[in-house]
Amino acid sequence: MIEVSGLVKTFGSFTAVDHVSFSVPEGQIRAFLGPNGAGKTTTIKILTTVLAPSAGSARVAGHDVIRERAAVRRAFGIVFQDPSLDEELTAYENMELHGVLYGVPRAGRRERIAALLGFVGLSGRADDYVKEFSGGMKRRLEIARALLHRPRLLFLDEPTLGLDPQTRNRIWEFVKELAAREKVTVFFTTHAMEEAERVAGEITVIDHGRIVAEGTAALLKEQTASATLEEAFIALTGRDIRAEDAEPADRMRMMRRIWRGR
Amino acid sequence: MGAIGILWLRQIRRYLRSRARMVGSLGQPVLFLLAFGFGFGPVFARAGEGDYLAFVAPGIIAMGILFTATFSGIEIIWDRQFGFLRETLVAPVPRLTIVLGRTLGAATVALIQGCIVFAITLIAGFRVRELTLLPVALLFMFLIALLFTAIGTAVGSVLRDMQGFQLIMNFLVLPLFFFSNALFPEAGLPAPLRLVVRLNPLTYGIAGVRGALGAAHGLALLADFAVLGTLALLVLGIAAFLFSRIEV
Repeated sequence: MIEVSGLVKTFGSFTAVDHVSFSVPEGQIRAFLGPNGAGKTTTIKILTTVLAPSAGSARVAGHDVIRERAAVRRAFGIVFQDPSLDEELTAYENMELHGVLYGVPRAGRRERIAALLGFVGLSGRADDYVKEFSGGMKRRLEIARALLHRPRLLFLDEPTLGLDPQTRNRIWEFVKELAAREKVTVFFTTHAMEEAERVAGEITVIDHGRIVAEGTAALLKEQTASATLEEAFIALTGRDIRAEDAEPADRMRMMRRIWRGR
Repeated sequence: MGAIGILWLRQIRRYLRSRARMVGSLGQPVLFLLAFGFGFGPVFARAGEGDYLAFVAPGIIAMGILFTATFSGIEIIWDRQFGFLRETLVAPVPRLTIVLGRTLGAATVALIQGCIVFAITLIAGFRVRELTLLPVALLFMFLIALLFTAIGTAVGSVLRDMQGFQLIMNFLVLPLFFFSNALFPEAGLPAPLRLVVRLNPLTYGIAGVRGALGAAHGLALLADFAVLGTLALLVLGIAAFLFSRIEV
């Protein structure tokens, strides 16, 4: 479903992604782990066609991310790290907007939306404004929306960030059920190691723009002689805390928290 | 409904639902209308220029449109990080479609806002000379809306965060308003100021609205239309180009 080979992305003199190669078979749930600034987000941006690689190639659902952009875009759904719903619209209207943009045929769209809202437990809330939703409900709506056009691959960028344990569990249950039921391949990032261990079939660890380990959680623990995945992760990526410049996005997240209380 | 249509509809829905913002953005034009319209009336009349309210009302209408349009354009910065825009940027839809739908929607909203200000000026005593030219006035109002939404979108596509917001307000929107023919007639201004006013695209929009509502002759209106229409399309093109280069 995903094939990445020799992928490089440089920003000026900084190499964010440094000859990365990996592949994810169809139907798998793959965790993509790494410290902040390791190259996770850059890789996902390339895979989702919003950033062009400096070198190397990537194919998603059999299509090249540079030459067959539109086909790639139709093949995946994505849940971003930051909320990307229109809060002034209702849940249904957000879904409808997505449906029109992705060319989901009018016939059957309403039914598909209703079914997905039911799947994520938001059936009764279709006509409520998203601004009235809790963080967990918004995430579930985003997942439902990402599935509307029947993608074969789902990207989840830290989907459980800032959610309480109950909601986190529920979201992962959805994801697992989804992968099993709709045969959707899932590619997600998280900093919560126990989530990765519980949900992912295999794990890819990236650090300083390079893949440093790959395999099942059991394999990674065995390779590093660690008791937990968290220990294995630290053994693989070191104990240093990564210095990251505050991006404009970070400042805006701060503003958002101040203004909207989240 | 196509992608442009649904994006247009989204802007309209958002506008109709945010009553507070709708009323809030009317505050400034109303304040100007009251303070200037009635405050400067006697001075204007004594200077032999006639009815100041009739003169300034189109300027105030344009002001309402200018502010709403520019800001909904710039809002794209916010939308891009937290709004639906991020979602649309990975959708299988050309960027041009997205920017067109959004800009047309925001321009329509600014036009509605302008119509509300228009209604308020009528309550304040402003009168339309020639009702048949009303559609022409609305056309000019829409072109002002389109031009400044496009300017806002262009600026919003380049800025990375909201820090630049105040900058735009103080160095773009307010000067555009004050150095136009909104508040005072062009004739008789010192040469440098007159040049600035002449170079300001808002001047042509206001001249058009004022001309249409005050029954000016067709040729002057046509010239204003040509300048404003050309500029609006040009800036829309620039905005679309800058928007297409946004990296998320």
